Amino acid sequence: MAKSIAELKAIREKMQGQMNMRVDSDDSIRVVVGMATCGIAAGARPVLAAIVDEVGKRNLTNVKVSQTGCIGVCRLEPIVEVFEPGKEKTTYVHMDAEKARKMVSEHLVNHRVVEEMTISAAE
Amino acid sequence: MKELSLNLLDIAENSVRAGATRVEIDVFDLKKEDVVSLEIRDNGCGMSPEFLASVTDPFTTTRTTRRVGLGLPLLKMEAEQAEGGFEIESEVGKGTRTKAWFKRSNIDMPPLGDLSGSMITLIQGSPEIDFIYRRRTDAGEFTLSIPEVREELGGISVGEPEILVWLGEFLAENEAEIEYK
Ligand SMILES: Nc1ncnc2c1ncn2[C@@H]1O[C@H](COP(=O)(O)OP(=O)(O)OP(=O)(O)O)[C@@H](O)[C@H]1O
Ligand SMILES: [Mg+2]
Repeated sequence: MAKSIAELKAIREKMQGQMNMRVDSDDSIRVVVGMATCGIAAGARPVLAAIVDEVGKRNLTNVKVSQTGCIGVCRLEPIVEVFEPGKEKTTYVHMDAEKARKMVSEHLVNHRVVEEMTISAAE
Repeated sequence: MKELSLNLLDIAENSVRAGATRVEIDVFDLKKEDVVSLEIRDNGCGMSPEFLASVTDPFTTTRTTRRVGLGLPLLKMEAEQAEGGFEIESEVGKGTRTKAWFKRSNIDMPPLGDLSGSMITLIQGSPEIDFIYRRRTDAGEFTLSIPEVREELGGISVGEPEILVWLGEFLAENEAEIEYK
């Protein structure tokens, strides 16, 4: 038997017990994935899925993952932008799921920019 | 696009950008009728008749970063190549309905691809939108209604990673029950 929506109640009770909801605070890191036609065609969906998966698994409650339309450089898609408070924006280009996981562990966890995947390395 | 599920994601993103609060998505894969169809209805800002007439022409878009909008013309072209068709209806202030269909047995029929992955992507990006996803094959039908999910969740957002993982499994399991063997 496949899952039914009613089973969500149990998950809700478990989550309410844990109280580890993501919070919007000043020290939160924003990760934005470009999801216009060009990004989607170039493979943005698995990139986003990998980031969400890693952020969830590692329970990085200070990271907010969101989507945007065209970032403007279609030939460099899939593009991921990382905004850390008080720092310059990092733009990662030609991403795939594997690079996305590396970006999470290096940049979001250890705060080390993965230079070779950034737009400055590509240009 | 390599898969119809990527067109789904792309066209539904238009609804998101149009400020829709409710987006209904139907994907039907019907063997007996030899048709695959994708229909998306939203209650977003809509388009004027003049603008609507120009959107399937790839030399128009309202975005400023790049002149050419690709999503709708691409879907139309893909559907027509597979002996199908495309229609779009819209009214300013009311919403938009976009539909594409394909002849299932046509050699140019794209694979459906990861439909569940596209739905999870949409929900992750816009947890506040009421998505209603309906999936049908000759073997049966199921629906994922985000308003219903929200009712079960109380105050918890459908965008929480744990919930997205659960919804992904829900879609995969229900999909498996109606897929062609
Ligand atoms: N559901 C909708 N509601 C309102 N406006 C829409 C809708 N779908 C499309 N449009 C309008 O039509 C335009 C063209 O859409 P299309 O998907 O073809 O290209 P685009 O979204 O502009 O760019 P991209 O190539 O990234 O998809 C959009 O920019 C938008 O102004
Ligand atoms: Mg579009």
